[in-house]
Parts: sequence; C-alpha cells; structure tokens
Amino acid sequence: MFLRLAAVRRLGFLRIALWSVVVAIILVASKEAPAEYGDVVINNYSDGAGMRPVVFPHWFHRMRFRCKVCHADLGFQFKAGGNEINMVKIIDGQFCGACHNGEVAWSVENCNLCHSAKPGTPTQVHESTIQKLVAPAGQGARK
Amino acid sequence: MRRGLSGFLAALGLLALMAAGAFGQVPSWKPLAQDDLHDPAGPAVNLLQQPAAALSVLPPDGAGNMVRWVKALEEGHIQPRTALRQQTKVQVYDKDVLLNLKGGMPVVRFPHKAHTEWLDCSNCHDHLFKKQAGATKISMFRILSGEQCGLCHGAVSFPLTECSRCHSVSHAQARKELEGQSR
Repeated sequence: MFLRLAAVRRLGFLRIALWSVVVAIILVASKEAPAEYGDVVINNYSDGAGMRPVVFPHWFHRMRFRCKVCHADLGFQFKAGGNEINMVKIIDGQFCGACHNGEVAWSVENCNLCHSAKPGTPTQVHESTIQKLVAPAGQGARK
Repeated sequence: MRRGLSGFLAALGLLALMAAGAFGQVPSWKPLAQDDLHDPAGPAVNLLQQPAAALSVLPPDGAGNMVRWVKALEEGHIQPRTALRQQTKVQVYDKDVLLNLKGGMPVVRFPHKAHTEWLDCSNCHDHLFKKQAGATKISMFRILSGEQCGLCHGAVSFPLTECSRCHSVSHAQARKELEGQSR
C-alpha cells in the first residue's frame, strides 16, 4: 500500500516536473527576442525574378545611420514594400543605391548579400507587434 | 500530508517558472542562419555581421532588439551618421509634450529630443501629427493598427508591449507640471 502510494506520488512529481520543464522551455523560447525585430523583407519582384527576397536589417543600419538619413533625405516611406524599389533605381543611386555604390557600402554586384531571405518569404516587417497580434506566427502580412 | 506534498510541488513548479522567466530576460540573438528568415543555403549567412556580435555590447533591453537604442546613442556606444549630404539641415528639438491627459492610463511624456536625435521633423509633421497641441486625435486603436506612433513603435523602435515606457507620468505629476508651465 505504502509502496503504491509512493509510486503514485513519484509519478505525480515526475509529471509536474515534466510540465514545469515544458512550460519553462516555452517561456524561454517565447522570450528569446530575435535580433530580426525590425527586419524588413521586400519581395515585390524578387520571387518573380528568381532571386531570393531582400532582407533589410534595421538593427544593422541604425547603428551606422540615423533614421532621418534614409527616411527623410533618401525618401524611404515607412512601409515595408511601399517604395517600389527596383534595381534600375538602385543602380541610378536612388534608395539603397545612395550608399550601396561601392563607396559608402558594398556595391550592387553583391546580389546575394541583400537577396538573402528564404525564397517565398512575403513582404513584411518581421516580428512587428502588428504581425504578432494580427497574423499567425510565421505568416507575415502579405502585400 | 498529501496537501503538503502538492503544495511543495506547486512551489517547485513556480520556482522553475520564475527561473525560466529570469533566464529568458538574458538577451540572446539567433544566428542569421537560424533566424527563420535568412536562407541558410545562401552565401549571406556566412558573410553578414551576426546580430549577437553587434548588439551584445550595447545597453541591454528586455524587448525588441534587446537594445536600449536611445541610451546607446546618448552614451555614445554608437555614432550613427546624421546626413549623407552636406547641405542637409539637421534639426534637433528639445521639448517634452504631455499627452493623454484625460485617459485612464498614466499620462504620456513624448520627448522631442530623443525622437529628433533619430528622426527629422518632416517624418511626423504634419502628415501624421499636426504641430498644434491637441489638434490630432491619438488613439491606441490606431497605434495598434500600425498608424501614428505604431508606425515605428511595434516595428523598429521599442514594441507596443512596453506600455509604461510611454505612459510614464502620473496624473498628479502631470497636473503639477502643467500648472508650473502656465504660471
């Protein structure tokens, strides 16, 4: 009788311990803030052109340039995919091309450094609060 | 006896959760190849700077990029350029505005200084917010829909889960400040 009770208790303990670990893992996983908060995926034309979509890392750029440089001087709208950027404009020195010209930053021949997202990734601001509130996990708001 | 045991187990579980919570507060950044965004098969993941390398040395935060960007700028951890062209007029404006004076939540202190260090006046005025105080109705519904403050907060600047970072002034304190100004 005593043994059985002990076994039940042990089972109960194991089960609760297991659940605690599971919940702890979920908590840690959900709290792991990926640095890609603010990463913008631009896929207006990439998929159609057989290129990987573009990942624009805000974190990387804001360490080197204040928001106003791109969003005031260069005329970038505050909207993922809303600028109708294409490679002709970039080579012409507009948008990304204002810096990515081999002088301030690497030049356009390094296609794969920007065109680096998984194929098929929709245009989005990754990890945005709106994305988390409105769209199911991993599904960015489509353009 | 049994109640004691279950109580003990519950406490143990709670401790585990708290430990997990505390552990979760330590900033960590995923490598680009594992961030579920970059194509691990592409060449970029081996060439681009890894977030952890850049961000782990900046003032830590508990949300967004896990970086206190305003503090990083103020304290000189980063020196981002203000302009590409010489003729660009760089404008910094230092005036706090108290908002949401009649709301149920604490009053919002909007610091122009922290914002204009990063942004230009034209980024917000007048198409998002009229310059005249009170002329634009600001609502959390619109902000949560990605408009107004939510254009940046919740996308690149600290996320909308950090309520008290904007709603930071008690109504009593706000009244005191406003009375001081009007005198």
